[in-house]
Amino acid sequence: MIDVKEKILSPYNVMKVREDFPILSQKVNNHPLVYFDNAATTQKPKQVINKLTEYYTEMNSNVHRGVHCLSEKATRAFEETREKARAFLNAENTRQVIFTKGTTDGINLVAASYGGMVLKPGDEVMISTLEHHSNIVPWQMICEKTGAVLKIIPISDSGEIMLDEYESMFTDKTKIVSVAHISNSLGTINPIKEMIATAHKYGAIVVIDGAQAGPHLTIDVQDLDADFYAVSSHKFYGPTGAGILYGKEDLLEAMPPYQGGGEMIKSVSFAKTVYNDLPFKFEAGTPNIADTIAMGTTIDYLFDIRKSNIKEYEDELLEYGTNKLNEIGDIRIIGTAKNKASIISFLIKDFHPYDCGSLLDQMGIAVRTGMHCTEPLMQRFGIPGTIRASFGLYNTKEEIDKMIEGIYKVKKMLS
Amino acid sequence: MNETAINNKSIQEIENELIEDFSTFDNWTDKYEYIIDLGKNLPLIDPKYKIDEYKVTGCQSQVWLRPEFKDGRVYYFADSDAIITKGLIALLIKVLSGQKPEDVVNSDMAFIDKIGMREHLSPTRSNGLVSMISYMKNYAKSFLNKN
Repeated sequence: MIDVKEKILSPYNVMKVREDFPILSQKVNNHPLVYFDNAATTQKPKQVINKLTEYYTEMNSNVHRGVHCLSEKATRAFEETREKARAFLNAENTRQVIFTKGTTDGINLVAASYGGMVLKPGDEVMISTLEHHSNIVPWQMICEKTGAVLKIIPISDSGEIMLDEYESMFTDKTKIVSVAHISNSLGTINPIKEMIATAHKYGAIVVIDGAQAGPHLTIDVQDLDADFYAVSSHKFYGPTGAGILYGKEDLLEAMPPYQGGGEMIKSVSFAKTVYNDLPFKFEAGTPNIADTIAMGTTIDYLFDIRKSNIKEYEDELLEYGTNKLNEIGDIRIIGTAKNKASIISFLIKDFHPYDCGSLLDQMGIAVRTGMHCTEPLMQRFGIPGTIRASFGLYNTKEEIDKMIEGIYKVKKMLS
Repeated sequence: MNETAINNKSIQEIENELIEDFSTFDNWTDKYEYIIDLGKNLPLIDPKYKIDEYKVTGCQSQVWLRPEFKDGRVYYFADSDAIITKGLIALLIKVLSGQKPEDVVNSDMAFIDKIGMREHLSPTRSNGLVSMISYMKNYAKSFLNKN
């Protein structure tokens, strides 16, 4: 057990941060909640929860439309969030920042609009074995529609993308590469900067599924030279139903609108519709105003918290958790990449993950079990799924100790 | 055939017995150990029937369920790769197997809530109990329609 005093002295004060998250102080099945399902969704700080209340009590109104005070207030807050989102991804300007429902929505937009525009029969789209279904299915759909072919980059037994194989897969038909920055199932941080450079060498553009990177890494789309980058607010401590899609401006300019109606229109007559400018061209209908504005508050919160050594702290949790799990014996960790985010997928003996997860839940420990929407990846490892413990900025070593205790109990009960 | 062969007790009677059994457990560990034992001990399905035709969708673990209709009663055989799921099916089988199809169709299975397994009833894909019950009822219904 770690000494509490030691924590107060450490530059990152997790106990103070925990006070921002009211949900963490509740009991589940008569045990204090241990929330290790952060890769699925993260909890929200009170600052963000308060922002939602503030929006609905003080400024609820439609954006970009009204001349009245509330509408201007809401529009200002909404567009200020776009600037925060720009800074969050380090985009060049706010025209490249499209508000979406989340990562899945962003990838679907790029697949349908950009994919629909460039893909011809026989063209190739490349994704990897470790992709989440959200970064598989939209590409399957557009490939089917256009006659393009989906190619799958293999991964090693440790869960790392095989870079030599990757490069050898390019042909003059390769138009799009779409990969996750971080694997939600394995925790692998993919070398996307190198992968993007390789793809550009062959004339392909690269889409990054940044769902898991949002909470763990500082993202810099310019440094990465990413063509598109999608994130979900709810994965980085913001509300659900909000997200950001970054795109290079020339690509976004060239792309046709994705959905019709609302803000994406400049003028409509029955003869012709003139589409609005970026980024509004891609924001059809009334957007998710409240959650988007609260996402801005989350970004402020993260910027503030990242002034301390949060990355080192999460790495420490990962190392501590991995070591403790390995000490138990009969544990198989799936995903042992050298460069990992604080996500650990594992199996206990040959027990089914569902059994383990159900019993851990009885002890107040929330882990994810199953295939984590990465069925092909589970097939790659020949397993029915995993137990996944994913740590966020409010988790502690004491909580990991509780999970370890829980696992001993699970072993005893299922043996 | 196993204990599901003939069931002279009504669904309600078996449910009441189970509620009574569970009321003696004073913590979750005993309850789950009982479920796990049920799962381990019941010989459930003939492996040759572990095929897609008998697969129950909507379960986080894999579940196979096969009905048989004999002498006016419906019998169920099932299996799962997860032991808790298997124990839960064993519970359902205890209650519904060997009953008249109309009784199966009309049962409300309220005992699951009463024995404190409500969390397994949530109608989400991560959970198979709701699916399994509806499969069992649908099989019973199809036997009813045939007669």
